Amino acid sequence: MIQFSQICKRYPGGYEALKNVSFEITEGEMIFLTGHSGAGKSTLLKLIAAIERPNSGSIVVKGQNVSSIKSGALPYLRRNLGLIFQDHKILFDRSVFDNVMLPLQICGFDHRESAKRVRAALDKVGLLKREKTSPIALSGGEQQLLCIARAIVNRPSILLADEPTGNLDADYARDIMKIFKSFHQVGVTLLISSHDENILSQFKGRVLALKNGELCP
Amino acid sequence: MKNLLISHVHVLLITLRRFLTTPLSSLLNILVIGIALSLPAGMYLLLKSVQGLAAQEVGTQQISIFLSMDTSQDEVAHIGKQLKQHVGIKQVKFVPRDQALEQLKQTTGLTDVIGGIAQNPLPDAYIVYPKKSDAHALETLRDDLQKWPNFEHVQLDSAWAYKLEAMLKFGLLAALFLAVLLSFALVAVTFNTIRLHILTQREEIEVSKLIGATNAFIRRPFLYFGFLQGLLGGAAAWLIITTSLYLLNTSLSELTHLYASSFTLQFPSVGENTILLLLSAYLGWLGAWLSVAQHLWKIEPR
Repeated sequence: MIQFSQICKRYPGGYEALKNVSFEITEGEMIFLTGHSGAGKSTLLKLIAAIERPNSGSIVVKGQNVSSIKSGALPYLRRNLGLIFQDHKILFDRSVFDNVMLPLQICGFDHRESAKRVRAALDKVGLLKREKTSPIALSGGEQQLLCIARAIVNRPSILLADEPTGNLDADYARDIMKIFKSFHQVGVTLLISSHDENILSQFKGRVLALKNGELCP
Repeated sequence: MKNLLISHVHVLLITLRRFLTTPLSSLLNILVIGIALSLPAGMYLLLKSVQGLAAQEVGTQQISIFLSMDTSQDEVAHIGKQLKQHVGIKQVKFVPRDQALEQLKQTTGLTDVIGGIAQNPLPDAYIVYPKKSDAHALETLRDDLQKWPNFEHVQLDSAWAYKLEAMLKFGLLAALFLAVLLSFALVAVTFNTIRLHILTQREEIEVSKLIGATNAFIRRPFLYFGFLQGLLGGAAAWLIITTSLYLLNTSLSELTHLYASSFTLQFPSVGENTILLLLSAYLGWLGAWLSVAQHLWKIEPR
């Protein structure tokens, strides 16, 4: 499903975020990506979604070489991915409902069908009652849930979550992990970055540990 | 297909709402575009009207030949025959001096003044219509006729019209030059407006790109905005031009009435209006396209 071969990523200024990273994730796996902040977790996730490009090596996602993907094909790759951002990236100029609607608008879905899907996604994360509110009125945890709803509304086969439980209290963190687990059960491939030891101890799954840009054996 | 249409209509509605949320700045932008376009377009229409007048004159080519006062009647008749045989002349018309005086009396209403003159001051005249009507052939013919004896004065009646036409051509070139310059200004105005829109919607663009929006999807609302702003600017230019021409014609009719002329400024034709609107809409679209392209290029992953 996702394959990294000898990936190196160097940022302008010479900082090496990833050094010779290789691994493979098969379909339906739930993987935890751990490491201290600055270990390269976010960079690794960004490379999968082609938000950034590697300096060398190749990344293959669903049979497509992402490291050399043409910018015209990029949108269609991203539509297969559900991205959950550490900083949520929610739009505050529209309601909760419209935030989740955005991916479907982008794909050009039928409006009535979209509305059904949006409500299903909001129901899944427990925000259905807040659909008309502005995201400003949501707590940090609820904003993260909204971000998850937006990521899953497209029914992607791969979910990438960057520190989804970052600054949340234990209750929200547990809720979010339960939601992820339910996706895992229906066959979605998940890659979740986290430095939270509690979560890692609670849930079983393969762990990829990064240290100073290198994958620990 | 249906979904695509719905999404286009959706974008159009968003664009219209965007116009209405900032009514004053939208109006000012449209006005700037309208004024910028109405200058060269109005200049073009004015010149074209005057050109029409000149073409009327140029259309009836003739050379007036005034004979010297001491030419006898026999000589006058002989000259008439010779003119008719000339290869470059199509038609010859004789205007006897008495008839010329009579005409002068009638057309100018100077009966009293002319009546006071003891002797007819006008000479016999021939009006000849040449076969070729280009400026060069006319001048050659005039120079040729000038050498004939008993010809006091040979006048190319439309010489002024040719000079005017040359000047008008120069004027039209200047209008074209102005139009090109102001087109750049129009593109720049739209470019800047769209840039401001992009700045206020930077997050939306970023998030949309992250969740799989194509560049076309991101561009669409901005292109609609640029197109619509250009179109409305073109309509404003049309309004400015038409109103100005109407007002000018009203005061011009008083003036031309005094000169016994029916000269009026022509309003733009349907074709010209269409070109004006399409051109301004296109320039707006182009400004928007450039603006969005520049932004998208900046946020491209590297």
